[in-house]
Amino acid sequence: MPEISVLEGPVAVAAPDLRAKTRLFAVLTILSNVAGNSALTKGMHQLGDIGNSPFGLIAALFHPWVAIGVALLILWTLTHMALLSWADLSYVMPVTALSYVVTAFAARLLLGEFVSPYRWIGIVLVTAGVTLVGRTKGSTRV
Amino acid sequence: MKWFLVLMVIGSTTVGDVFRSLGMRQHGEIRDFRPGAIGKAMGMIARNSWVVISTCAMAVSFFSFMKLVSITPMSFAVPMSAAAFIPETFLAKALLREKVDWRRWIGMGLILIGVFFITQ
Repeated sequence: MPEISVLEGPVAVAAPDLRAKTRLFAVLTILSNVAGNSALTKGMHQLGDIGNSPFGLIAALFHPWVAIGVALLILWTLTHMALLSWADLSYVMPVTALSYVVTAFAARLLLGEFVSPYRWIGIVLVTAGVTLVGRTKGSTRV
Repeated sequence: MKWFLVLMVIGSTTVGDVFRSLGMRQHGEIRDFRPGAIGKAMGMIARNSWVVISTCAMAVSFFSFMKLVSITPMSFAVPMSAAAFIPETFLAKALLREKVDWRRWIGMGLILIGVFFITQ
């Protein structure tokens, strides 16, 4: 079967590039993870303490922000699964850690949270680590 | 309670990620992203026992995480899950037979230290 991807468009058909595909899916995984966690946290904070009962957790799923968060985290699951179908776990894990950096920026830009110097140092270190891992081959398994 | 939930999130995420990787590798690279093909692939993946175990572990991870974010700030809950990198990397090398070279180890170390700083 030819390699056709609606997400990558005709370029991928002409020149299938696993590295570009890996990067595209890593970006999708990071963005859906950050947006999903943010929506989930907003919803859970609006609900307050839901107790320890599983019914409380299930009822929380019907809160609008929690529901949006769950939908985005389902998208995260699907892109993450697709990525792991060709890339190493020890590559995917650190590369998608950029979500911590995006989360910090989202907290600063969307929630107006103060980003301390410690956080900036953390952002630089995470970015350096991700860059280093990003330079390795995405798949090493034989 | 807070640290018990952190351990639950880390443990279940590790099991979920490693088994997901195992199952997806068994399935093979997903190349066709047309809706029909995705549906077919999902049907096949849903019958993969590694993926089924992974999904159960991820459900435990998800509900533990939900409970964690209800009692702690996101800036604590989200980066705490990063500790799962350590057992996952060891299992990736030992169980999944991945070649974890020095760049991956150092990169992982930088990320862990970075996540620690982000939570400060």
